[in-house]
Amino acid sequence: MILVLLVCLPFAGSLAATILLRTDSRVLAARMSGAVAFVSLVLTAALYPAVRDGGKVRIDLEWLPQLGLNVTLRMDGFAWLFAMLITGIGCLIVLYARYYMSEEDPVPRFFSFLLAFMGSMLGIVLSGNIILLSVFWELTSIFSFLLISYWHHNAAARDGARMALTITGIGGFCLLAGLLVLGHIVGSYDLDVVLSSGDQIKAHPLYLTALVLILIGALTKSAQVPFHFWLPNAMAAPTPVSAYLHSATMVKAGVFLLVRLWPALSGTYEWFMLVGIAGVCTLILGAYFAMFQQDLKGLLAYSTISHLGLITTLLSLGSPVAAVAAIFHMMNHATFKASLFMAAGIIDHETGTRDMRRLSGLFKYLPITGTLAMVASAAMAGVPLLNGFISKEMFFAEAVETHADSVLDRMLPYVATLAGAFSVAYSLRFIHMVFFGPEPTDLPKPKPHEPPRWMRFPIEFLVLACLVVGIIPSLSIGPFLHSAVVSVLGTRTPEYSLAFWHGINTPLIMSMIALIGGAALYAVLKDYLARCDDGPPLFRHLGGQRIFERVLVTVSWKWARWLESRLSTRNLQPQLRLVAAAGLLAGVVPLYMAGFAPKPLVFGDIDPIFAAIWCVGAFCALGAAYQAKYHRLAALVLLGGAGITTCITFVWLSAPDLAITQLVVEIVTTVLLLLGLRWLPKRSEKIDNSVTLSARSRRFRDFLLAVSCGLGMFVFSYAIMNQPVPDAIASYFLEKAYAEGGGRNVVNVILVDFRGFDTMGEIAVLAIVALTVFALLRRFRPAPDSIEKPEQQRIQAAYDAERPERSAGDTVRDYLLVPSVIMQWMFPVIITFAIYLFLRGHDLPGGGFAGGVTMAIAFLLQYLGGGVRWAEDRLRILPLRWMGVGLLLAAITGMGAWAFGYPFLTSHSQYVEIPFIGKVPAASALFFDLGVFSLVVGATVLILIALAHQSIRMHRVRNLEAPKAEEA
Amino acid sequence: MELVLSLGIGIMTGSGVWLILRPRTYQVIIGLSLLSYAVNLFIFAVGGVKSNAAPLLEEGVDISTMTDPVPHALVLTAIVIGFATTALFLVVLLAARGLTGTDHVDGREQPK
Repeated sequence: MILVLLVCLPFAGSLAATILLRTDSRVLAARMSGAVAFVSLVLTAALYPAVRDGGKVRIDLEWLPQLGLNVTLRMDGFAWLFAMLITGIGCLIVLYARYYMSEEDPVPRFFSFLLAFMGSMLGIVLSGNIILLSVFWELTSIFSFLLISYWHHNAAARDGARMALTITGIGGFCLLAGLLVLGHIVGSYDLDVVLSSGDQIKAHPLYLTALVLILIGALTKSAQVPFHFWLPNAMAAPTPVSAYLHSATMVKAGVFLLVRLWPALSGTYEWFMLVGIAGVCTLILGAYFAMFQQDLKGLLAYSTISHLGLITTLLSLGSPVAAVAAIFHMMNHATFKASLFMAAGIIDHETGTRDMRRLSGLFKYLPITGTLAMVASAAMAGVPLLNGFISKEMFFAEAVETHADSVLDRMLPYVATLAGAFSVAYSLRFIHMVFFGPEPTDLPKPKPHEPPRWMRFPIEFLVLACLVVGIIPSLSIGPFLHSAVVSVLGTRTPEYSLAFWHGINTPLIMSMIALIGGAALYAVLKDYLARCDDGPPLFRHLGGQRIFERVLVTVSWKWARWLESRLSTRNLQPQLRLVAAAGLLAGVVPLYMAGFAPKPLVFGDIDPIFAAIWCVGAFCALGAAYQAKYHRLAALVLLGGAGITTCITFVWLSAPDLAITQLVVEIVTTVLLLLGLRWLPKRSEKIDNSVTLSARSRRFRDFLLAVSCGLGMFVFSYAIMNQPVPDAIASYFLEKAYAEGGGRNVVNVILVDFRGFDTMGEIAVLAIVALTVFALLRRFRPAPDSIEKPEQQRIQAAYDAERPERSAGDTVRDYLLVPSVIMQWMFPVIITFAIYLFLRGHDLPGGGFAGGVTMAIAFLLQYLGGGVRWAEDRLRILPLRWMGVGLLLAAITGMGAWAFGYPFLTSHSQYVEIPFIGKVPAASALFFDLGVFSLVVGATVLILIALAHQSIRMHRVRNLEAPKAEEA
Repeated sequence: MELVLSLGIGIMTGSGVWLILRPRTYQVIIGLSLLSYAVNLFIFAVGGVKSNAAPLLEEGVDISTMTDPVPHALVLTAIVIGFATTALFLVVLLAARGLTGTDHVDGREQPK
């Protein structure tokens, strides 16, 4: 349980810090984060007895057990050591950041990200499931991105963050793929199972695939060559971030993973070559590059890369003692490098620059910081009596040993000594250039002084740790290291001794050569380094960064543009043509493959009346297709004809519900399009008469496509209709409709009861569409040539104006007088009819949809008959309320079933005796249907009224614009 | 019966497809409506075409003689949703006409 708390606590703290964003207090967020980090540290420390000497703490929570995914947290000695590192250095970093961050920065945001990062990092080390591990792995990438780009007004920070995210993100993706392969090989994602099946993994044909993918993940994260270049660019982050993420913890995640999976993956020749080459190249190149950096943090970043390369090299050797040295060096590096970063941060903070060409002679001003930095860089250089020396000795000892005999292995002692000499040179340079030499002359802040007491405390603490571990290793880190080693190596735990003096032996001689050689190297290069440009000679213009940017531009810009220009079009017609052609092929190809033969046509049983109706229908459809370009009204009328044919077909073929719905919907659709025609300017047949050849061929192609689609549908539907209808789910509904749904109209029972949830979704769609139409029309600007009054009204107005006995508007008022009076009288009749349709719906054709649209027609007729103003003076329809009530009613009816312990939308039905009327069916589905009814009324009326209102709005717009035009 | 209906569906589909491939927005809206008739009829016809066999339960009527009510339920909601999408498309059409000054589907006349 403590494990869950340990992982969740930092995330909770992170959320809490976001709440503090609105406060002005800078200290509050820091204190809270400090408390969270400290409690995590105490919790981790308290777990030590349980993990000592190979013990393990484990907790399993089910996540997706079907897929073998569980939230498994486990802590063993190694994870404990890392958790201590994360929480311990986390505490120190929070303390340091409290003083480092300036007044203007949004501090709570910083601490929020930092804590979330800490939680993700703890998640990585504590994951007992490899998929969970990769989830936390991604989280660290994301929070690292957010932390690097913390000063997002700074372009370098944004670029560095983006680069870090791209590289580690690609790595994380490969890692996930690799872990999936690994899980596939083992048959389980559980870490313990994976670790115990090392032989099975190494013998599997997919071993190399998994290895390469996992290595890409680990090497990108740990900034190994050739993926190293993101780390120096990440130095645009605030220094506490560099100290914490980019030296102590996140970049260690890669090597952590290599150690974690060491029992499962290592020991093969592939492992040795891949990991070894990456490690050795990183070791030597990182150290070489570090010497030539002018930026303090750049030097430290390359040095970090080099040290990570050292750890990777140790891990590649596959010998248990090397693994011990790797774990030990991870800890040592974290302590001295974090303290050096913080020292660099203090120097930057006090002097305003990190450029070593401008810094010099600071020892006078910063004696304590200077001393601390000297001890820490001595540890980095591997000077005896410090922790870096001991692990470096172990490395040299391992380098001398022969592992897998190859050129790489034979080279290793020399490469190691050379890298050691480089690291001595850059450490010396760091100290000598910054703290010694002449007085600084051009510092941005001229009078540097020692930082506050507590800002220096983290460095003091870590430097003390370097000393203690360096002098009495077996008494200080010894037992903890032993627990970690046992948990990784198990029975293969080797004999090793932690001491700074092993007598005069090869490693000691190598160390001495490195120390003297490094000092000599610095003495030679000193003058060149004081003046040279940033970056090493020879490699200055060949950065991985440049290659990365080139690739990024090519892939995301050039290729994307090329593909877009080749594959996509912004024109609608080609797209629709493709859709239609694809639809045709999707229908034809499977049928052809299945050996489909068209049914012979049977002419015998054609009903002449039905055929005659369809002759009209076909004529209407073809006519609409022919007329839609120039004669919109004619096309609309013909479309209505096709609709009526459809409606009659429904009646003919035993679908009364459909017929009613089709009829009323046909009416509102026609009215809708008529209202729309008002805003579509006339198309003149005279323009656009010159038909080019390409247009002609386009038309011919479309015509062919249309004819094929029509022919296909004809053949296909004819075949289907002549098939016997299979006994599907129809009989189920027919049998249960009355028994369980309490209704005789099976279609309605399906809609409101059996498939009620579908209907619920459909009315929600209807509501959304209605609201969208409403919203679109609120900002509607019609075409300029249709703002004028329509032609008919102009003629009528002119007629009024010509005759003295008539006043303006008389003709409009009298227009269609008789029909409009009838429409007004029809109002109650239609409403009654709508309610009738609705009420009978459960047993006879009708129902909520048909009733609702009919009700909407009743309102609509008043608008048509009297005009918008007249209707709204007398009627206040609130369509939005109708819709809201409808949706609520449907949902509440559905939820009502919960009260009786049934699933959502279970209905109950019975007959209720009402005086004078008799037995009335009263299923709870009726209320659901009432909801449908109400929503359909609201949505339909809302759409139509919103469109109808445009004529009034435009009237106002005209009146507003007229004076303006006169003024002009 | 089947022949006439399937011919009708074919003609409506053909007209609809022809219209949605045309360049004018109003043609496309009419085309979509015609297509939706055709598709509704097709789905409806999958449940079998019979006269005088409405799925209304009455005493003494054998349910095995009735038509399949499931396509009816599907088509019924499709009709209402079809109205809504027509409305939405119409409004987009009008707005596009107002904004771009043309009723070409691409919002600009095609270069000849």
